[in-house]
Amino acid sequence: MLSGYAPVLVHLVLAVLLAAAVLGLHMLVGGRRPTVEKVLPYESGVWPIGSARERVPVRYYLVAMLFILFDVEIVFVYPWAVLVRELGARGIGEMFTFLALLAIGYLYLLKRRALEWE
Amino acid sequence: MTWADLSLIAPELALAAAACAALLQDAWATGPALESRSRGPAAAWIALGGVCAALLLLGVRPAGAAQVGFAGMYVRDGITRVVDLAALAAAGLGVMLSPPYLERFRLPAGEYHALLLLSTAGAMLMGASRNLVLLFLGLEMLSFPLYVLAALARRSRRSQEAGLKYLLLGAFATAFFVYGVALVYGASGTADLSRLGRAPDVPLLHAGVAFLVIGLGFEAALVPFHAWAPDVYEGAPMPATAFMSVIAKVGAFAGLLRLFPQALPQLAPAWGQMLAAIAVATMILGNLAALAQSNVKRLLAYSGVAHAGYILIGIASGGPAGSSAVLYYLLVYVAMNLGAFGVLLLLERRGEEADRVEDLAGLLGRAPWAAVVLAACMVSLAGLPPTAGFIAKLYLFRAALQDHRVALALVGALTSVVSVYYYLRVASVALSAGAADAVAVRHSRFAGVGLALAAAGVLWLGIVPGAITALVQQAVQALR
Repeated sequence: MLSGYAPVLVHLVLAVLLAAAVLGLHMLVGGRRPTVEKVLPYESGVWPIGSARERVPVRYYLVAMLFILFDVEIVFVYPWAVLVRELGARGIGEMFTFLALLAIGYLYLLKRRALEWE
Repeated sequence: MTWADLSLIAPELALAAAACAALLQDAWATGPALESRSRGPAAAWIALGGVCAALLLLGVRPAGAAQVGFAGMYVRDGITRVVDLAALAAAGLGVMLSPPYLERFRLPAGEYHALLLLSTAGAMLMGASRNLVLLFLGLEMLSFPLYVLAALARRSRRSQEAGLKYLLLGAFATAFFVYGVALVYGASGTADLSRLGRAPDVPLLHAGVAFLVIGLGFEAALVPFHAWAPDVYEGAPMPATAFMSVIAKVGAFAGLLRLFPQALPQLAPAWGQMLAAIAVATMILGNLAALAQSNVKRLLAYSGVAHAGYILIGIASGGPAGSSAVLYYLLVYVAMNLGAFGVLLLLERRGEEADRVEDLAGLLGRAPWAAVVLAACMVSLAGLPPTAGFIAKLYLFRAALQDHRVALALVGALTSVVSVYYYLRVASVALSAGAADAVAVRHSRFAGVGLALAAAGVLWLGIVPGAITALVQQAVQALR
């Protein structure tokens, strides 16, 4: 049963060997002339300001989670919207139940003023 | 999904609707102030309404043949009925006992009640699973609200620590569970519990089942997956501790019941040995560790570990006798454990929880009824007549003897004798003279009714167990 996976194993070994060979060759024969610009963290061409390991307001987290939530909602709504005619009344009912649950969470956040950045 | 499917999960839907209502009501009433001073009991009433509605919906359904829905994933039969009853009792008592505490420590009531109801619905789903995927969904729905409940006291470092610990370890255990589901599916080609019985007996299946035991054993706090329990129980706010101590057991043992005696009877010799070994270790370690505790919350945590061991005797013995004993024990455990925690919830020591054993001193003089309820619950936890704990243990040990597991029954009886010492120590401190001056007792009619119900349950199930015994025996009739 496991013999069917032999090609995968061969592929894995080859991948590791190839990566090791390329990196090893580079270390052995490649030139290395570090300058300030080269070793800086890449910030889209802008000089970096301070360290990246800073404390950030916890609100970012909340907004990020909310974004993911509604992002996933869109992913869910798109295929439904394509098929809405075939799914009929039941499909509409199910989707709006789902949207209502999301709306409850959103209303809760609004009422708790979780989205205000005083 | 059809209307028939939806009517099948009507009790769970009632709980979910009440959870949403409680959340929104509290957000509307107190706005941005999460720890508001002026907070009415509205959220508690909504939650109680949800629990009562779910109980009614449970009651109107005829207790006849099993009904299956959601493409065979969900089953409503006798076992579902008893598990639902235990979970709803835990939710109802959890709601009734907590208002004085929530008010005093200004915990967010809407969130507390909403999370409690959702967790209850998760435990009920676990009891109704006929498919490993639904069992997993129920497990997650049960445990996620519990992680948040453990961390509900935002200003308390210990509560935050408890929540984080529970979340990290819980996620780890859940990963094992999912891996177990995958292995079982790989070995048998099905996640349907009703078809696992015909699965070929291959090593992969055994490995998968062992992983499932890790996931469920964590939630039930079985040794060696119990290490989180004392810390989380101690750090979490006490109403959350009280509720999670019972609901997690109801859900996890419902899952074990669905998995072992019901789905995998053909492998009984293999898992019977494994579960018996876990049960022995759990009973011994739980009871011995509880002996040394001076903090009541930690004591009840280790007592919870020990009781998980007792209940596992029933699962390991299998068959109708073992399964009905497990269901009976779950009902009894809900009443007696919440009764004990309910008395502690009334106490307060200088703005903190009164969770040391000596804080209970002189309780008889100041709140005689609370002291009597606490003593009754401790006697029941110790398993002495005439309380429910005695009858429940009797059923378990009888099931073990019927299955020729003499060692299990023997260890259970001996460790129960050990447990009498630490339970009665608590009871005797509560009934003694003298007083812990700094400890104040809060009175609340709401909590008083809850305590009376818990005490009534402990005595009723102990003195006239006939009706409930008939119920649980009828529930397991379908088992071989």
